[in-house]
Amino acid sequence: MSGAVLHSGAPRVWQRFTPGQRIARSLLYIVTAIAVVWSIKTIEIIPEFLYDAPEQTADLFKRMWPFDWAFYPKAIHHALIETFHIATLGTILAIVLALPLSFLAARNFTRNPVLNFVAQFIFVSSRSVNSLIWALLFVAVFGPGALSGVLSIAFRSIGFVGKLFGEALEEAQRGPIEALTAAGAPRSMVLAKGYWPQVEPAFWSVALLRWDINIRESAVLGLVGAGGIGVALDAALNNLYWDQVGLILAVIFAVVIVTEIVTSTIRKRII
Amino acid sequence: MSLPSATVRPPAFPANWASRIGWIGLALYTLYATSILNLTWARFVTGLDNGAKFLARMFPPNFAPDKLDLIATGMLESIQIAILATFFGVLLSLPLGLAAARNLAPGWLSWSARGLIAVFRSFHPVIVSILFVKAVGFGALAGILALIVSSMGFVSKLFAEVVEEMSPKQVEAVRATGANFWNVLIFAVMPQVMARFVGLSVYQLDSNLRNSTMVGIVGGGGIGAPLFTAYQRFDYDVVLTILLCIIGLILMTEMVSNRIRRIFQ
Repeated sequence: MSGAVLHSGAPRVWQRFTPGQRIARSLLYIVTAIAVVWSIKTIEIIPEFLYDAPEQTADLFKRMWPFDWAFYPKAIHHALIETFHIATLGTILAIVLALPLSFLAARNFTRNPVLNFVAQFIFVSSRSVNSLIWALLFVAVFGPGALSGVLSIAFRSIGFVGKLFGEALEEAQRGPIEALTAAGAPRSMVLAKGYWPQVEPAFWSVALLRWDINIRESAVLGLVGAGGIGVALDAALNNLYWDQVGLILAVIFAVVIVTEIVTSTIRKRII
Repeated sequence: MSLPSATVRPPAFPANWASRIGWIGLALYTLYATSILNLTWARFVTGLDNGAKFLARMFPPNFAPDKLDLIATGMLESIQIAILATFFGVLLSLPLGLAAARNLAPGWLSWSARGLIAVFRSFHPVIVSILFVKAVGFGALAGILALIVSSMGFVSKLFAEVVEEMSPKQVEAVRATGANFWNVLIFAVMPQVMARFVGLSVYQLDSNLRNSTMVGIVGGGGIGAPLFTAYQRFDYDVVLTILLCIIGLILMTEMVSNRIRRIFQ
């Protein structure tokens, strides 16, 4: 766009985007509008259900309160502890499985495009399948219970942990690694003293972030039978004991808030 | 300056006992939790046996025309749920995120907005959709509302952080011209944060697509319902077909969203 208007003496016209960018952006807006309108017009919503939605909602909250506090020591406490262990063990297992894969995925550590691709492929498939769907598969294989929960949390997390940790490895500086190699350090030493100190903060931050997410996710795994507080929630829902459902939701809320406070405190401390 | 005697050089890498104890603690916890949850090797091995049978029943995937019809309807509904939930969720996150930003909003407003975001974020979309299924009945609407809530939780939290990180200079400059609040918003705040906001929205579309395949398990519409039905009827070959469709859809959206993000950078 430069030069075109210089000789005419007219003030130069400044534009923020190139014509190509403007066309791309406008197209995107149009496509978004079309997609939204199409979805609204074609989606199936049953209006009869909507007429009594306000009453249903009021009814929901009326039935939830007061909570059935006696239910907590009876069934929730044990399930809550189980949920916590499922989330934590699942995170640990995911890290154990993802670490070697992330070294394979890091292009500066593994100089083999085939291995890089294989690792990336494992990460993508792990991330595309939702943890609840992983849980369905594992319940079919290992039966209902905590084992399926731990495995589904772990398999869902491999992609997340591996991808982010692999990217951290790729950003590691070459200096310390070359220095160690030049001094004749074996490969394990290069790993432990060259790479690890550089990526340790990223490692802990990824692990904590995933643990935080997994606490939330493990609360619903029980809906398909994979153990934890979701089993109690499913039972209460099926029996329409809304006062128990309300208590379980309140407990989940409290646990998630506590987890968030704990992770943000640890993060400030060590990173 | 006198050098320390050469014979007692400190080790190059002194042992870090605090971190060693931490690692040992983590290992002990793993053992303890494994025993609490009753995870035994024997169970795992029996499961592997089961898994072989399970995989055998999954293959080959079922591509019968009537099943494909059902799957296409479900996938389409999932996509619609994701589009609508992202659109309305992102639209509502704009004011909520601005209200939660501590550099723009007064204290009482930002704290109440933050509280609301914390509530939205702490519940898994599946739990939220259980509540909406009760409130508005079975079907896509429950899924859309649930995903709107979770989109608002995610997008407005990160959007508030983006707004808090922006440069105050342009805001002050526009304010100094006597502009009112809306003009400050449109000419000083939005140009700085718009690109990041679009990035967040595209990311949320990705995540809503993933979640819209799940809300059907509790009656929120989309592909989750046929998936769960097929699973409960032990039609594992149909389950595999649906899983392949979901993975294909998600890979495609990842490519599309990368493209969109590049346009807005």
